[in-house]
Amino acid sequence: MKTYEKVIEKMILLCAVAATLSVALITVFIFQSGLPVMADYGVFDFIAGTTWKPTNGQYGIFPLIAGTLSVTLGALAIGIPTGIACAVFLAEILPPKPARLFKSAIELLAGIPSVVYGFFGLVVLVPAIRNYILPVFQIFDPDITTTGFSILAGAVILAIMILPTIVSMSENAIAAVPAEYKEASLALGANKRETITKVLIPAAKSGIISSVILGMGRAIGETMAVLLITGNMAVIPGSVLDSVATLTGTIAMEMSYASPTHQQALFAVGIVLFVIIMLLNLTAQLTVKRLGGEGK
Amino acid sequence: MEQTVKLAMPERSQEQAARKAAEEKAGMEKKFDIKKLNLFYGAFQALIDVDMEIYANRVTALIGPSGCGKSTFLRTLNRMNDLIEGIRIEGSIQFDGQEIYDRSYDLITLRKKVGMVFQKPNPFPKSIYENIVYGPRIHGEKDKTKLDAIVERTLKEVALWDEVKDRLDRSATGLSGGQQQRLCIARCLAVEPEVVLMDEPTSALDPVATSKIEGLLEQLSEKYTIVIVTHNMQQAGRVSDYTSFFLSGKVIETDLTEKIFSNPSNKKTEDYITGRFG
Repeated sequence: MKTYEKVIEKMILLCAVAATLSVALITVFIFQSGLPVMADYGVFDFIAGTTWKPTNGQYGIFPLIAGTLSVTLGALAIGIPTGIACAVFLAEILPPKPARLFKSAIELLAGIPSVVYGFFGLVVLVPAIRNYILPVFQIFDPDITTTGFSILAGAVILAIMILPTIVSMSENAIAAVPAEYKEASLALGANKRETITKVLIPAAKSGIISSVILGMGRAIGETMAVLLITGNMAVIPGSVLDSVATLTGTIAMEMSYASPTHQQALFAVGIVLFVIIMLLNLTAQLTVKRLGGEGK
Repeated sequence: MEQTVKLAMPERSQEQAARKAAEEKAGMEKKFDIKKLNLFYGAFQALIDVDMEIYANRVTALIGPSGCGKSTFLRTLNRMNDLIEGIRIEGSIQFDGQEIYDRSYDLITLRKKVGMVFQKPNPFPKSIYENIVYGPRIHGEKDKTKLDAIVERTLKEVALWDEVKDRLDRSATGLSGGQQQRLCIARCLAVEPEVVLMDEPTSALDPVATSKIEGLLEQLSEKYTIVIVTHNMQQAGRVSDYTSFFLSGKVIETDLTEKIFSNPSNKKTEDYITGRFG
């Protein structure tokens, strides 16, 4: 019995070490491959440079950062209000039985492969933007034009993709608010809306904020769907109808034909992505810790 | 089991008590007048033909064994039971002469006038100040100086002011249980209710905090009408003017507290009070 347990223990230890070690190895590998070109080119020129023309040896990734940020912020602008409203609806307004149905439907969204989202965006959203949204924009600015491959398309699709994260985490956070708070608020003469906006959501804010940060992480890291619908032009965008290239999309597109230096530059793009996501996760953890301690 | 109970009161003092009761009732304003109240949770009937009058500026205690319906009854008075699915209420509850279960009766007004303090202290996870001004703000008060005044007045009413005046912006959840419960009472008083319903407000508190809250009740009854549910018979005896005994959804007896505890007219009340069951 004793040896049996020891063997099991060692095996579990091995699994844990393997998992941790692979993270460490990937980190080391990315940094080792990417840092030299970053250092050669100059960190500032690399991050703030506005021209990404790897075939000319110009590696300014600012257009890529702008692309990723614009698509991500757009997705958040659509996804956060929708997601939180949906979470409130499921947790507080809908009776439990249909709420469960809705919730599993939304969680199902998380299981759809991202290329399918991309394909959907490609055949539905991109033409729709070109045919229906563009005329609306042209009322205000007659010179504006678009192919449909745009920030807007990417933002809409990403918003749908991050909904499951935001909705289910926020819903859990709202449902976990003690019923006593709700009773206290209602007993003071508050109506349902006031109770939700002034007591339930503030009490659930740590959960809601971390759901948003995780959703943001997913949006930044998403590659395939965005690659198919944002147009992949490494320029600084002027409007939501402009095409952009994202950090992830560029790596995926160019890695196959890249020359050695170009390849290193793509690894350096990976470093930037890595750092951004690490910072986000850290922020999420800190927020939960800080707000969670006070909200208890 | 076979405790002898001090029931033997001299004839004369019983008469006196009866006369005193009659006199009191004649001159007193009825806050709530409840007639033939029946309440069902689905098929289960939780309250059966409850009749009761609740007098202004008096403390009315509701006693009875667990599950007898006293908390349910309390929660019908500010319609907190409305939240429960499958509930059905019949009969009449008049508050200041108006039917509160009438479609036209404004629920918000009712809950503003009839405040509630719960069993477990439930301050919001906000600052002490924000907890108190929550109610007044909901009801439209925006003036900062008025809100400040409300905070000071209510915290003084519950004797919490001196303990917290220097940390009004700190989280209310950092207070002790007894302080939290007094804060909840203050929060309830901040909307200037006429009636305060208390659902076993001291059952989660230690004896010191309990005695502080009991001390408050007497003072508060000068301004407010108080209805308190309690499991603690000594507490009912100490704090209330009237006591109502509930058993299996029915009101067995309602009378002056001293009469209930010294000379109840119903055998069941006597049995409960003397600890023969419940």
